[in-house]
Amino acid sequence: MISVLRNIGKYMNMLWIVFSRPEKWSVFRERLFHEIRFIGINSIPIVALMSVFMGGVIALQTASNMTSPWLPEYTIGYITRSSTILEFSPTMISLILAGKVGSNVASEIGTMKTTEQIDALEVMGVNSLTFLVLPKILGAVFFFPVLIIFSIGLSLIGGWLSLVLSELASTETYVVGIRSFFVPSNIVYALCKTVVFAFLIVSISSFFGYYTRGGALDVGKSATKAVVSSSIAILIANFFITQMFLL
Amino acid sequence: MIEVVNVNKSFNDLQVLYDITTVFEKGKVNMVIGQSGEGKSVLTKCIVGLHEPDTGHIMYNDRNFGEMDRRDRMLIRQEIGMLFQGSALFDSMTVEENVMFPLTMFTKMTKKEKLDRVNFCLERVNLLGRNKLYPAECSGGMQKRIAIARAIAMNPKYLFCDEPNSGLDPKTAIVIDNLIREITYEYDITTVVISHDMNSVIEIGDNIMFIHDGRNWWSGGRKEIITTENPEIIDFVYASDFMKEIRASIKETRQ
Repeated sequence: MISVLRNIGKYMNMLWIVFSRPEKWSVFRERLFHEIRFIGINSIPIVALMSVFMGGVIALQTASNMTSPWLPEYTIGYITRSSTILEFSPTMISLILAGKVGSNVASEIGTMKTTEQIDALEVMGVNSLTFLVLPKILGAVFFFPVLIIFSIGLSLIGGWLSLVLSELASTETYVVGIRSFFVPSNIVYALCKTVVFAFLIVSISSFFGYYTRGGALDVGKSATKAVVSSSIAILIANFFITQMFLL
Repeated sequence: MIEVVNVNKSFNDLQVLYDITTVFEKGKVNMVIGQSGEGKSVLTKCIVGLHEPDTGHIMYNDRNFGEMDRRDRMLIRQEIGMLFQGSALFDSMTVEENVMFPLTMFTKMTKKEKLDRVNFCLERVNLLGRNKLYPAECSGGMQKRIAIARAIAMNPKYLFCDEPNSGLDPKTAIVIDNLIREITYEYDITTVVISHDMNSVIEIGDNIMFIHDGRNWWSGGRKEIITTENPEIIDFVYASDFMKEIRASIKETRQ
């Protein structure tokens, strides 16, 4: 317990330093675009693949479980849309990104730490936390919502494809379903969650990477800790955000 | 000039440095020697601020490093060049980008001016024309030389070299040693070299400090270290039985 509290204190202290003024804005801007490409754009293929298939599965599961004749057919589209916007896209995709991006960030920074590259930055007079971590956090916070919007769209397409190909519902009823009882604030809720998750994934992974000690084996351990901790943080944050926004 | 005054450093219950006091002079190669695990690297890291000393202080030309806030420390560090044991080159950058990095971060030079400076530094370490290679494509000796080029890119006032010869063959080690000495004299900088390589000590050491048991055990010049009767130094300098025999025979001849 003491160790957890100590780590939380260390994490807060790290964040305090991360959000300092960068040494040079032009270099910071360059690094921010690099991170958007590296963390965000490079994640598009996996997000697309996951979204299409998960959307398809949600639609199929909903259709196959709708046995009551009292339920209209458009309910399939309605439930697919709601599940996708409320939970699947922001939470599931963030959990997957915690694995992909989290391990990447932790191992990159961890390797830099163990090979003294971070010490080299510090000795040169560069604030290594601001230089390395801030562009990653901002890159993720800016780009993850874009990924989630993209994921929502693809999930709905995946749901439609699966229903049409398996002849469980028509295009018309599915479209009516996804347009029914639409609450725009749900999108705001999904995007707010995503921003929080993006922040947690990158900051927690950077924390474990930055405080890596030892060699290659320890870098691997840090990457594992980063993925596990950021996934747990996402689940806990999801619970509280849901309480705050929806109840 | 760098003054180290009464520096103590411990990690948890293990005390590594005991009351270290010394002066590293400007325009000279100041060597810190000692066996592995005696606290040489810890001392260097305390001097550059990568570790905080428990007590004592470090003065850079009468400026107390310990009393500075983070911003001021960053400014002092821009006057420092450091060559790490493992070179610590940024592996995602080319040789040119590595050397250019501090210039990009801290100067308002144009692209052409930066490139000229990079080429000058690479020429200084005999690596001109290797600009587009990545560190992974370079040998150990080349990596050390790139790290030296990066360290001198900003015209530092202080140069720290942490075991610059580790992992190098004797000939390449001499090339690196000579480079460090030439740069020190040419730019009149305060150079601190951490080493346990006696060849280096004899070759380039102007002032030598011997650390033993975390203490400043002995200080002197390169001639004195050969002739001293201090048993710990004799044990370090003439580590093998063969070397001890040679020392004994030289002594006999002199008598």
